[in-house]
Amino acid sequence: MTSGFARFETQETAEGGQINLSGPWTVRHVGEHDSALRAIASSVSNTPRHMQGRVVIDLSAVTTLDTAGAWIVHRTRRDLAEAGADVHISGADATQSGLIELARESDQPCDVEPDRGTVLEAIAERMGRAVVTLVSEVVAMLNMVGLVLAVIGKVIVRPRTLRLTSVVSQMERVGLNAVPIVALLTFLIGAVLAQQGASQLKLFGAEVYTVNLVAISMLRELAVLITAIIVAGRSGSAFTAEIGSMKVREEIDAMRTLGMDPIAVLVAPRVIALVLMLPVLTFIADIMGLLGGGVVTYFALDISPQIYLQRVDAAVASNTFFVGLIKAPFLAMAIAVIGCLEGMRVTGSAESVGERTTSSVVKAIFTVIVLNALFAIFFTAVGY
Amino acid sequence: MAEHENIIQVRNLRNQFGSQVIHDQLGLDVRKGEVLGVVGGSGTGKSVLLRTIVGLKRPDAGTVRVFGQDVASLEGEARKAVEQRWGVAFQDGALFSALTVAQNVQVPMREHLNLPQKLMDELAAEKIAMVGLPPSAGPKHPSELSGGMRKRAALARALALDPEIVFLDEPTAGLDPIGAADYDALIRQLKDALGLTVFMVTHDLDSLYAICDRVAVLAERRVMVIGPISEVSTHSDAWIQEYFQGPRSRAAAGAVARATS
Repeated sequence: MTSGFARFETQETAEGGQINLSGPWTVRHVGEHDSALRAIASSVSNTPRHMQGRVVIDLSAVTTLDTAGAWIVHRTRRDLAEAGADVHISGADATQSGLIELARESDQPCDVEPDRGTVLEAIAERMGRAVVTLVSEVVAMLNMVGLVLAVIGKVIVRPRTLRLTSVVSQMERVGLNAVPIVALLTFLIGAVLAQQGASQLKLFGAEVYTVNLVAISMLRELAVLITAIIVAGRSGSAFTAEIGSMKVREEIDAMRTLGMDPIAVLVAPRVIALVLMLPVLTFIADIMGLLGGGVVTYFALDISPQIYLQRVDAAVASNTFFVGLIKAPFLAMAIAVIGCLEGMRVTGSAESVGERTTSSVVKAIFTVIVLNALFAIFFTAVGY
Repeated sequence: MAEHENIIQVRNLRNQFGSQVIHDQLGLDVRKGEVLGVVGGSGTGKSVLLRTIVGLKRPDAGTVRVFGQDVASLEGEARKAVEQRWGVAFQDGALFSALTVAQNVQVPMREHLNLPQKLMDELAAEKIAMVGLPPSAGPKHPSELSGGMRKRAALARALALDPEIVFLDEPTAGLDPIGAADYDALIRQLKDALGLTVFMVTHDLDSLYAICDRVAVLAERRVMVIGPISEVSTHSDAWIQEYFQGPRSRAAAGAVARATS
């Protein structure tokens, strides 16, 4: 380790001036002198008189010089020369001269960050990009839906082209393996709904309507919505990550060169599996939600299971149940298509897999909630 | 005085993963100012050796001394001080993907030193030019660069604090022959200009012949032989014979002979 401090001093000479450097001029020491040296040679008008004739930069007292020190020596020489001085370097040994020469060759300024333009330009650019991205994403999603439907159409015409093993394996992963979490969460939501409902409705002496509240809101809206959100978080993201990492390792390209259609091999089985399984999960969620409500009403309101079932039966017509269930395949389609599409859009890096997975979950949940709202409007309009 | 000459000293090193022993009783000296090439078959632990020397992996036994200090026992400020005296360029660059190339080069300066931003910008530009990248590479993100440019950018970052030792992991892997030859010339040039010691894990026979002062062959869990390539290539071990006397090696040796004659 070199010790001591880097120093410099200027002096006037008969012909002009001299800058004497001493001590270690390395990257660790030069920082404090940077602005002072920069000021000496800042511009022709500011440059001291004695720095305009013959100027000698003397390095004989420099103990160590590295590329950073050499850069500063070179820059000072360059700036003084531009200000009209006749600059010479003295007292440098062969290595030091070599480093200064290297610094001269490497005098090639470059930007540190990409040019972003002015704030207004940046705002306009961002807005433009956002609009273009939105449009292209909608188009890409419709495109993917079309491709998947084409594959499914083929399967219907020729059932043997269905990749059954893959579909069944996906059904296990997105359906069966999701049962515990879907069941637990919807049970808890049914229970909380009943508990809150009971405490409010009690004020009107209408606590028995807690059953209606739980049954209708669970069957019609909440069960399918909660299930779809869980599945978007757990399976939609998995689709993106799986397909995305295959994309990174060029497996998708390999598949194409082997004459396999990635849509048929990877996307269609996932979409089919989810479209089949989400209604099943929704049904389980319906039952568990009602069960949760039943347990709470039994303990909080002393409503026996028989009465509870009677009340449910009275409150719920078959259409309440079907309104919830019929939404499931559509939501499943949206989740699976978004998951697979985001996976296909992964580019090159591992970073991109993470980015796409996040975006997949956000978009899937967004789409699920928007679709659910559209369904609500639709069912109200048709009076079902 | 041997310590001053040997900038890296590895003694009785043992590395193992589970029951699989990678290195056993491994000894290696790297001399100040030389370019050492480390070769060996797949799985002989070349990269593990590099990672052990720079302290990314703790040795299971033995000592690694760099600048005369035991790397594994260094902590806190002492460790930081030593880390500033070496630079590591990983195989695929390992550049921080959220930063531009110029910002990547500034990371070590920003972390360890207190330099004015203007000077850091200039120094980053200098390093980028030194490793032969065009100025347009400075504001780009690593993902926008080719593999060869990423390797150069990684070297620029490794050189940011003017280290005394540079570790290179497979510096020419994945480069085309012209790019690889350029990179070799760059290493040699920087080594001469900056007085660097270079520790290089490589499979590139051309690099071995073109720029390495000495070559160490890893085999049978230790450094089987170390010395100038002319000595190493005549060693009697079967793997070494096959490695250095195979058709590709003869071509590389021939090319060097033609170039120097």
